[in-house]
Amino acid sequence: MIKRKKQKQNNNPFYDSTLKARHNKASIFKNLTLASLIFSIVFLGFFLFDIIGKGIPAFKIAYVQVNVTIDEKSLDDTRFAVAKEHREIVSRAWLRDIPALIKEKPELMNTTTAMWVLADDQVDQYLKGNNHKLKDKDITIVEKFKEEGLIKTKFNAILFTNGDSKTPEYAGLYSAIIGSILTLIITMAVAFPIGVMTAIYLEEFAGDNKFTRFIEININNLAAIPAILFGLLGLAIYINLFGLPRSSPLVGGLTLALMTLPIIIVSSRAALRAVPDSIRQAGYGLGLNKIQVTRDHVLPLAFPGILTGSILGLAHAMGETAPLIIIGMIAFIPDAPGSITQAATVMPAQLFTWAGMPEGMYIEKTAAGIMVLLTILISLNAIAIYLRKKFEVKW
Amino acid sequence: MSTFESRKKQRELNEKLIKFTLIGAATISILTTFGILFSILFEAIEFFKLRSFWYFITGTTWSPGVIGSQFGALPIFAGTFVITIIALGVAIPIGLGSAIYMSEYASPNLRDYLKPLLEVLAGIPSVVYGFFAAITVAPLVVKIAESVGLEATFNSALASGIVMGIMIIPTISSLSDDVIRAVPDSQRKAAFGLGMTHGETIKDIVLPTALPGIISASLLALSKALGETIVVVMAAGLRPNLSWNPLEDMTTVTVTIVNALVGDFEFSSPETLSAFALGLVLFVVTLILNMISLSLIRKFKEKYKVNTL
Repeated sequence: MIKRKKQKQNNNPFYDSTLKARHNKASIFKNLTLASLIFSIVFLGFFLFDIIGKGIPAFKIAYVQVNVTIDEKSLDDTRFAVAKEHREIVSRAWLRDIPALIKEKPELMNTTTAMWVLADDQVDQYLKGNNHKLKDKDITIVEKFKEEGLIKTKFNAILFTNGDSKTPEYAGLYSAIIGSILTLIITMAVAFPIGVMTAIYLEEFAGDNKFTRFIEININNLAAIPAILFGLLGLAIYINLFGLPRSSPLVGGLTLALMTLPIIIVSSRAALRAVPDSIRQAGYGLGLNKIQVTRDHVLPLAFPGILTGSILGLAHAMGETAPLIIIGMIAFIPDAPGSITQAATVMPAQLFTWAGMPEGMYIEKTAAGIMVLLTILISLNAIAIYLRKKFEVKW
Repeated sequence: MSTFESRKKQRELNEKLIKFTLIGAATISILTTFGILFSILFEAIEFFKLRSFWYFITGTTWSPGVIGSQFGALPIFAGTFVITIIALGVAIPIGLGSAIYMSEYASPNLRDYLKPLLEVLAGIPSVVYGFFAAITVAPLVVKIAESVGLEATFNSALASGIVMGIMIIPTISSLSDDVIRAVPDSQRKAAFGLGMTHGETIKDIVLPTALPGIISASLLALSKALGETIVVVMAAGLRPNLSWNPLEDMTTVTVTIVNALVGDFEFSSPETLSAFALGLVLFVVTLILNMISLSLIRKFKEKYKVNTL
């Protein structure tokens, strides 16, 4: 009855009876596109939640208070510094550093003092409720310590002050952070000037000829060539042909520089192009030549844009792992490299190595390291966006 | 007068010098491309002097490091293919859907928030995705497969393919979004004027116009998936496996390159040199994909006279 009434209302020769179905289809389509967008964002949320959930526990690490005896015997074999029943629950790597402690505080020699000693990684994992390999007798000791308040978790400073270690509780990111800084200094020192100069040439000097187009095609291609192939280039040319030291920040930096180059060129060109032509014409009108106009007027105006692009390029280079693995930057590096020619590792490569370890604590530390790395990357991006907003000029 | 002349000369010389330096800098990018090509090509030629090219392309046994080692890369290509298809199967619908929503439906204000959010996905380093694939997604795949009575390995192609697909969503969404927005508004208005719904306008008018750009984005994503290394090294298998079952472990070109080069073989041994032969294949394939993609987008730009892409 109602239906017929409706039909009567639409007694219009142009009325399309399929209209409702078509509108339904359109709204289904709209919802599908929305769903795919929501999927991406939900994934991002789940992903961050998962990483943070895995990484947060690694910022705390267990310490136990035990008596540490320091004498000739325990200096010789540091395991003897603690009582036999405690040997399994304290960190061996920590004990191995007792000679260094004595150098710092010689008054501790031939004494027995109660000290907060780093716990073994298995004790830490047991306290956090993860999988552990503690024996029953060690568990009773740990439980007893816990009741007496002789066991506590502290902020995990080791994560930032130590280099890599074969003992999970003693491993840190320090040497990788230094390696990353050295590598990125080389990268930017090479890629920034070359990238900006290329952009200036292409935007301000080059005519529209075959050579220019060839360069442009090359740059676009370089941006899309798989990263691992840059590693093959580094291996074949820098290491085998030029004989530069393998695993060094020098080779890593030079390899990453070639990868960062297209990013810097493209963003610098965009920044130069955004400078209005009236600035150039005014300069020429005052009798300046091309180089003076570019150097004194165009470049300063384009600089914020160039800087923003370079920071984004830096962030990109910072997370790159594949080419660095090829040139050997995944070696075991316990000490921070002192120069750009020494063997080093970088942060993502360190995380890559840890992620492959069987011990639960390495996995935890990988997630924590990822949090550190992502924080740095997000800060770099935020700085870039801030600079762009602050110096953006509306012409 | 003569000082003026000499100053002018000096200035012209300076100008030439600066221009020359700038050209020199611009040449670096050409040198890099050829550096990559030749460094890979020469070592690959060394490899093909030791082993047959034909067997490399068509052989099905990849067994480095043993006596009578064989280098038939077909299972490696197949594994790469399977993982890449999974990745694109995730990335193209989701990336394109997100791009359509952002460019056609979302208000400009909302779009300003959504776009950077998607670009965060592009800024996450691959080692992070690899960790996520190996530690979280792979066990999840095993569990889900078990619950439906299937058997999956912890190095399944499915886990690394899905995560890789999510990783390349921004590659597709960002470029597609730009292309769809570059479609002239007059086309949409004409379609509305003819009484088409918004959905029909998008499907029948906007998307076909933007198709070259969308294909270009998908080819770029394909080339990215083929060359992605860390995610598959961390989450996919090491065993060359000629199979179509995505729940099995399989290996890729990039994984094999990494394994060949971190091993303890002599640089001149076929084991190490095989990495360069695989690298050459990867280089040629990605170069062709990039070239097609770039020429498609250039034609689109010329046709609709946009220069924001």
